[in-house]
Amino acid sequence: MRLDIVSLVLAVFAFCVAPSAHSFEIEHRQNFASNAAQPVTLRILSTADIDLFAPLILSFQAENPKVAVAYHAVSSTELMRALQDEQAPYDIAVSSAMDLQTKLANDGLALPHRSTETDLLPEWGKWRDHVFAFTQEPAAIVLSAKAFANLPVPQTRQDLISVLRDYPDLFRGRVGTYDVRSSGLGYLFATQDARTSETFWRLAEVMGHLDIQLYCCSGAMIDDVSSGKIAVAYNVLGSYAMARRDAKANIHIVTPQDFTTVMLRTVLIPTTAQRPALAGQFIDHLIRAAWLDESRDDYPFPDINRDPLASNTSLRPIRMGPGLLVYLDKLKKRRFLKEWENAILQP
Amino acid sequence: MRFLLVEDNEQLAKAICDRLSLDSHIVDHASNLSLASDYVATTSYDMILLDIMLPDGDGRRFLRRYRASAGKTPVIVLTARSEVSDRVGVLDLGADDYITKPFDFSELEARCRAVLRRQGGGASNCKRFGNVEFDALAGTVTLNGAATALRNKELRLLEVFFNAPEQIFSKSKLVDRLFSYNEDVSENAIEVYVARLRKHIEDSNVRIITVRGLGYRLSLA
Amino acid sequence: MSAELKAAGSIRRRLSLQLLSNAALLTLLLVFIVRSFAQQLAEQSQDNILMASVTSILDASAIQQGELTVDIPYSAFSMLSNLSDDRVFYRIDKNGVFLTGYADLPNPTSIQNTGSPIFSTQTYQDREIRVVTASRRLALENQPIELRVSVAQTRNGQDQTLEEISRMAMVFGGGFFAISAVLALVSAQSTVGPLRRLAGAVSRRGPRDLRPVTDRVPAEMVPLVKSLNQFIERLKTSLTRSEDFIAEAAHRVRTPLATVRAQAEITLRRVEKDENRASLKEMIRAIDDSSRAAGQLLDHAMVTFRTDHLEQSQINLAALVGETADRLKAVAELKDIELTYNETGPAQILGDAILIQNAVRNLLDNAIKYSPMDSRVTVELVYQTTSVTLSFHDQGLGFPQSGAAGLTKRFARGANVTGIVGSGLGLTIVDEVVRAHGGDLKIVNNPDGVGACVSISFPLS
Repeated sequence: MRLDIVSLVLAVFAFCVAPSAHSFEIEHRQNFASNAAQPVTLRILSTADIDLFAPLILSFQAENPKVAVAYHAVSSTELMRALQDEQAPYDIAVSSAMDLQTKLANDGLALPHRSTETDLLPEWGKWRDHVFAFTQEPAAIVLSAKAFANLPVPQTRQDLISVLRDYPDLFRGRVGTYDVRSSGLGYLFATQDARTSETFWRLAEVMGHLDIQLYCCSGAMIDDVSSGKIAVAYNVLGSYAMARRDAKANIHIVTPQDFTTVMLRTVLIPTTAQRPALAGQFIDHLIRAAWLDESRDDYPFPDINRDPLASNTSLRPIRMGPGLLVYLDKLKKRRFLKEWENAILQP
Repeated sequence: MRFLLVEDNEQLAKAICDRLSLDSHIVDHASNLSLASDYVATTSYDMILLDIMLPDGDGRRFLRRYRASAGKTPVIVLTARSEVSDRVGVLDLGADDYITKPFDFSELEARCRAVLRRQGGGASNCKRFGNVEFDALAGTVTLNGAATALRNKELRLLEVFFNAPEQIFSKSKLVDRLFSYNEDVSENAIEVYVARLRKHIEDSNVRIITVRGLGYRLSLA
Repeated sequence: MSAELKAAGSIRRRLSLQLLSNAALLTLLLVFIVRSFAQQLAEQSQDNILMASVTSILDASAIQQGELTVDIPYSAFSMLSNLSDDRVFYRIDKNGVFLTGYADLPNPTSIQNTGSPIFSTQTYQDREIRVVTASRRLALENQPIELRVSVAQTRNGQDQTLEEISRMAMVFGGGFFAISAVLALVSAQSTVGPLRRLAGAVSRRGPRDLRPVTDRVPAEMVPLVKSLNQFIERLKTSLTRSEDFIAEAAHRVRTPLATVRAQAEITLRRVEKDENRASLKEMIRAIDDSSRAAGQLLDHAMVTFRTDHLEQSQINLAALVGETADRLKAVAELKDIELTYNETGPAQILGDAILIQNAVRNLLDNAIKYSPMDSRVTVELVYQTTSVTLSFHDQGLGFPQSGAAGLTKRFARGANVTGIVGSGLGLTIVDEVVRAHGGDLKIVNNPDGVGACVSISFPLS
């Protein structure tokens, strides 16, 4: 009886106190309740769309009925701020910004986790038993079906550059991409593109000439391509595009043949976690859903291919590792952004 | 019997020769091996008495050579060494028996007799007196063709008489002849053996006559 | 009896132990060397890759449009993941002022002249890190700019590698040691081989074998064998001398005695007077006494010597007894004693024929000597399950009731035989011989009071 009152008071206190104890911005929050008498709450901080992620949470709850989940969706930069600057207490951090996740682990802000599931992962699927990948999501070019009704669908960046150059009037103001200054994932995609090929900068310049629209997230880009507001969205999360059944008829999803950057969405346990063991169990659950061969209903992302290069030589999975820290360097970032602004904004 | 005595010690050799002569034996004495070889080559003997340690060699070497040259005369080895180590060597080399110095002559005589008996000695050992034939070697007295075996003392007693018939032997002398020097025997023991002998020859024409106060003598009845 | 030799250590064991401990030492040394070498290599490769990283950053810096640009190449950090999954830290300073990276990354304690990189191990965020620092001088508007770059990594990878290498080294060390141990034991075994062979060759010799040892031995054993042969030679000489002495003594003593005895016999024939005859008989008795004593003393010495190094050969006891009995028949006949020998078949025993013959002869001699004239001496050979018993029955004086056991002591004579010539060594000799052959001697007076039975038994071979 006394224990119940105490936990109730604490829960209320946490609920009241928590929101005012941080200054990072939560875009969306959702609680997945549990029917148990004394539920244990798993706090997840994530950049993933709640709708996309929900099935995984529900399937976890089905296996662990005593667990309640508090899911806070944020942008990748806010996630960094929450964990790096503000030490916000979260048990799980999920992000598509692999570089930021790597930095968190490198700077000692993540807890190690080892289990039979983590041992199943290939080398490139985890970093130092701290950061674990559970998706393989390509950066795609989403095109308007209507706009390209009479045009050949560009399969490479070169093709895209050509078609943009050839029909400037058709595409002026109707191309879009991530605003890399504010989007972590966008920055990641852009820097990986720049590192891989010069074509990126040429494409950037071409798109910059065409009064390019800048977005914060893939979702918005897909919406606008689907509605016809823009004709070309570059570096869109292919998984989101493929998940959008409503937009299916209106869009072409192209994974560029010259090279396709593949992002691995990662999960880690912050050092501020209050329930690290439970967090570990959740990670194992994600790994099982993602890496074991059978396609599961609760797994919304494209199937993971253990040997991606064997099937498609243009895929370029981003390597987890200290290399990702390079573009996070203050000076390096400043230089990149300056160049990017020069190319995209053309002041 | 004719003996060849091979012995280098002069005093001992003389003593043995003299002693054997007392029993009417003939003894030739060789004081070294080469002399012995000469004697053996020229004369035939009934018995060779061979000493082991001689100035010109080991008696065993002589023995080996003698046997190798088909010498048939029996050999009794006189040894002063420990019997233990000599036993195998000597008998295997062809000696018939051995006796250790100093020895009892009656034992020597007994051994000679045994050796000759084993050999199947010649018939030259028969002595005759009256109608009694006495074979000292076989130890038998033959009367009218019937031979009777004699016990040792009887045999020796009879031998004494036959060697010197008609001679009177005192009881004490006879005791000396018959008994070893260790045996303390009264003279009356002689009477027992004389009585036995008399029994054996009672059917003959030979008698052992008591000479009162003097002794006994063998004579024709 | 030869005293029990106490072994002080064992060459083979000592050699084995030494070789094993050497192998162990070498193994440890090997493991240690391999480990430190590997550790050095591992550290070197980490240093090299950190150096490569630092170099690539320094090389990528330049003065562009009047400004210092530091462009960290992607490969500068991505190459670090090739070696291990360690955490990476870095800092870039310009003229001693922090430019970018991890501001709290410690600078190396000693900063030397430009050009030579500094390798140091420090602690950062409670972890051990390996830092490589290098500098480069650039000129901007005639002003020197010193650019210092440090790149660091934690050492988890190193630790893991070291652990693996240690384990490998241990396994190899263990294998090496096991093989060395086996080889060591084999070597030790084969090294003492010549020693064992020599010991075997010498011990296989019979007790009378005094030939020099001519087996070929290794150089180190030659002095030992030489000394052994010298010793054998000395022993042989000594023994020969003793034997020669005994023979010479025997001869010298007995020959004159023989002369005296023969002359005594001659004189006895010639002398008439009773008292003279009695004296002569005494003389002869005394001579017999001394010659018998001499004989038995010599016998006893020989017996003692032979039982000390008992030769063992197969003996047909029945035949031996038969021969001996044959030889004594003549003596028995002198006293009209009937000597019979009953045997139930051949009996094989193991021992020294000469000693056994001597014992049998002694017992038969005794039986004849102590028996009266016209009596009977019977020798019987009887089998038991594992032994054979030889018994000598006489009808003589018997043994004194008290002290029958004491008769086997040297020079002990029964209280009832004072008139008979004897030295008292006869039974002693027999007892020694019988005991040396693992048998035993029993003296029993006949229950009807006439005569006795002496029996000796031997274990069948």
